[in-house]
Amino acid sequence: MKTYYNPEDLKKFGQIGDFEPNLAKKFFDYYGEVFKEGALTAREKALIALAVAHAVQCPYCIDAYTTDTLEKGCDEAQVMEAVHVAAAIKGGAALVHGVQMMNKYKELSM
Amino acid sequence: MLKSLKARHEKLSDTHHQLAILGETIPMGTEPHAFTQKLREAGLYPLVPTQIEIFQVNVGKMCNQVCKHCHVDAGPDRKEIMTRDTMQQCLDALKKTTAHTVDLTGGAPEMNPDFRWFVEELSALGKKIIVRCNLTIIVANAKYHDLPDFFKKHRIEVVSSLPYFSAAKTDSQRGEGVFEKSIKALKMLNAVGYGIKDSGLTLNLVYNPAGAFLPADQQSLENEFRKKLRDGFEIEFNNLFAITNLPVSRFLEYLLASGNYENYMEKIIAAYNPVAASNVMCRNTVSIGWDGFLYDCDFNQMLELKVTTPTSQHVSTWDTHALAAREIVVNQHCFGCTAGAGSSCGGTTA
Repeated sequence: MKTYYNPEDLKKFGQIGDFEPNLAKKFFDYYGEVFKEGALTAREKALIALAVAHAVQCPYCIDAYTTDTLEKGCDEAQVMEAVHVAAAIKGGAALVHGVQMMNKYKELSM
Repeated sequence: MLKSLKARHEKLSDTHHQLAILGETIPMGTEPHAFTQKLREAGLYPLVPTQIEIFQVNVGKMCNQVCKHCHVDAGPDRKEIMTRDTMQQCLDALKKTTAHTVDLTGGAPEMNPDFRWFVEELSALGKKIIVRCNLTIIVANAKYHDLPDFFKKHRIEVVSSLPYFSAAKTDSQRGEGVFEKSIKALKMLNAVGYGIKDSGLTLNLVYNPAGAFLPADQQSLENEFRKKLRDGFEIEFNNLFAITNLPVSRFLEYLLASGNYENYMEKIIAAYNPVAASNVMCRNTVSIGWDGFLYDCDFNQMLELKVTTPTSQHVSTWDTHALAAREIVVNQHCFGCTAGAGSSCGGTTA
């Protein structure tokens, strides 16, 4: 294998159960339940998943949820806004640690 | 403007070439992935009709639009249209059946010079009439501006394609400026009562994905379209049908050219739903081509897969008994109608 990530591996996700079926079944049942229509629509959940996919930088999830959001009728503006939400939170998470840095800086400084 | 595959002399305009691609692609062509095998597993093979309820008549391939996904390969450069003689043969055949609905499609069916005559004759027979209107034809030329009134006069159910509620996605599939013209035409239909509550005039929209992916849940899409079209354009409609694109003609061309063909086939095969298979529209429909030949559906028509009734392959030799007992012709493209919630000219089936 030339790379760690192979797009074809996404189709094999279900085979995770080959090594340990019980936990895999519990996971996939849970996964299926999570993405059903509920207090949030399946479409809203797909957009959240797309944003999280970017935050955790999972290429499989990005492929999967780009497809899913397209299938759920989202347009370019909507999917990109979701990515910006992830970017804002990721960027904000880095930046807010600046307060800790400032605290430490002040603690050590005269 | 894009030209049809036929006008471009593309190899894909040859249906044998399309069928070879559909049949030979590995692993889709192998038995575990064959559509016939899936039907066997569901106890549905050979697939047979339930009863003939709908005449779907394709009155011609001529169209004012050239959509990228068109399975008819329609366009302004296509001159094949149904003659009045063949329409008369359709009327004669209709009288021999219990079919209650006539679904007129094309191309742009309104461009056939005998379209209005045909509708009037069908109306006189008391049949429910559906016209698959591409919307832009209504505003394409002054001679079509009165179509909403004509539709209203004959209480026609209008079914119109609108792949999205924004210009960018609609125009990417259907051509530059199509969205704006479609909105104008929808307003004209609303103005005479189409899509308006309690008017009795039905305006249904058709959503089909603008790319190599499957449609969303039909009800969710309908809710989204209703909100966006109402809030953004003050447009009303009755129902939205979510239709899957089948790998035929120009959509097949798009899939191959974009490198999405294999993944798309894998997707529709993986999404096979036996419930949708038992409700496929070919079981209650006969499709009639512009030249009068008979097919199990509009997709089979475009692949030139005629009905399997040797004595009744043309509307002029219509034999209700033989057609009701026929075996429906299936191939790998049929996975498009059985994927997920299913797909038909009336939307989802499962």
